[in-house]
Amino acid sequence: MFETALTSSDLLFLAQGAGMTLIVTAIAVILGTILGVVFGIFRFQVGPWWAAPVTFVLDIFRSIPLLIQLVLVNAFLGMVLRISLSGFTVACMVLTLYTSAYCAEIVRGAVEAVPNTTRRAARSLGLTWRQDMSYIVLPLATRVALPSWIGLALGVMKDSALVYIVQVTELLKSTQILITRLQEPLFLLLICGAFYFIISFPIARFGGYLEKRWSND
Amino acid sequence: MIEIENVRKSFGSLEVLKGIDLTVNKGEVLTIIGGSGSGKSTLLTCINGLEPINSGRIVVDGTEVHAKSTDLNKLRRKLGIVFQQWNAFPHLTVLENVMLAPRKVLGLSKAEAEAIAVKQLTHVGLADKLGVYPSRLSGGQQQRMAIARALAMSPDYMLFDEVTSALDPQLVGEVLDTLRMLASEGMTMICVTHEMKFAREVSDRVAFFSKGVMAEIGVPQQIFEAPRNPETAAFVKLTQA
Ligand SMILES: Nc1ncnc2c1ncn2[C@@H]1O[C@H](COP(=O)(O)OP(=O)(O)OP(=O)(O)O)[C@@H](O)[C@H]1O
Ligand SMILES: [Mg+2]
Repeated sequence: MFETALTSSDLLFLAQGAGMTLIVTAIAVILGTILGVVFGIFRFQVGPWWAAPVTFVLDIFRSIPLLIQLVLVNAFLGMVLRISLSGFTVACMVLTLYTSAYCAEIVRGAVEAVPNTTRRAARSLGLTWRQDMSYIVLPLATRVALPSWIGLALGVMKDSALVYIVQVTELLKSTQILITRLQEPLFLLLICGAFYFIISFPIARFGGYLEKRWSND
Repeated sequence: MIEIENVRKSFGSLEVLKGIDLTVNKGEVLTIIGGSGSGKSTLLTCINGLEPINSGRIVVDGTEVHAKSTDLNKLRRKLGIVFQQWNAFPHLTVLENVMLAPRKVLGLSKAEAEAIAVKQLTHVGLADKLGVYPSRLSGGQQQRMAIARALAMSPDYMLFDEVTSALDPQLVGEVLDTLRMLASEGMTMICVTHEMKFAREVSDRVAFFSKGVMAEIGVPQQIFEAPRNPETAAFVKLTQA
């Protein structure tokens, strides 16, 4: 049989790390999606020219590696603005903006994919811009965006491992701590991977379920 | 009454409507014929304010469509419009498609909206398709659904933009029959169409558009048998050949 020095309190420690991963991811995905929808619709609505400043900022968040963003934002807040925020807050902020930058792109593409004629049909029935958005455009765009959005959510969960750099002990960091102590890297990484899988599997399945349901339309 | 006075409309540097004057009376069926790109669709989208105009004015029952003070969403309740294609809201069932505007725009209760929707869908022969999604309908059924959806708002005018031209030939008849039915019920209609036989049968007047100008307007018999404008004559001859 397999010998391990892993105790139940170590397992609890890992579970806490997984919990941290889940919380940071959930906050980033939820807030990032809300912001992403706003930015995405804004970019679509005002056209490329007026949206240029927003697009530029979002492009920065999409193109600079997350690790660097975390370090720079943390340093900027602490050393330049002299605001002391917890690593957790900084991690959530940066990851939220990072998510929103990708989400905005997904939303813009999905809104553009709604045929103009369908929107004209809605407006000619007397629906206002808001009603057209809420009852026609967003439901249709959601169907288009869903697969990419699920991919984004899963990606953010994995990328959230990088928040250890601002002293947030999430799943991967907890695993590393145990590896250093117990010297059982393969076994611990296996457990760590299993935790990641347990978190992502329901998200992926839920996405698959929605896609299937909507394909009946 | 729809009064169109000297309406000009450009897309960029391209002038698509070059001074259109036209009055459509209550209860009248007007069909618009003309070559591709002559501005027919553009005129319809200007009438319900989907497109701005450059000069002139369009007045619907005393309300100037393009005046700043006009509440377009309110005005559009009077004007039903059905386009060539992609009219359906694909994520809603047939019943929900028709109920949406009565509920959200007119503020009716679910039960009231449903009663109206069922009535209009029955009227166009879709009573057995209420719970079906539009993707399961034929093109002809989709167009009839779009007509029912517009009628559910109890419009005073109906605008049809080549509602049969994206359909397979065997489906054209059922949609034209629906339009005939509306005409016989006294609905005021403007129909842009390529169906000359239909235009001839149902219209009170036929307008011929050419390159952004209304080249000729008259009763069907005159337009089709004794056109005064040589372009009308050529067009009529071509489409009847
Ligand atoms: N949104 C738009 N932007 C730029 N040009 C447009 C737009 N809509 C129409 N046009 C142009 O305006 C002209 C008139 O178009 P319109 O659709 O009114 O013609 P039509 O008479 O309906 O033709 P068809 O029989 O092909 O439908 C065409 O040259 C067309 O390319
Ligand atoms: Mg047209």
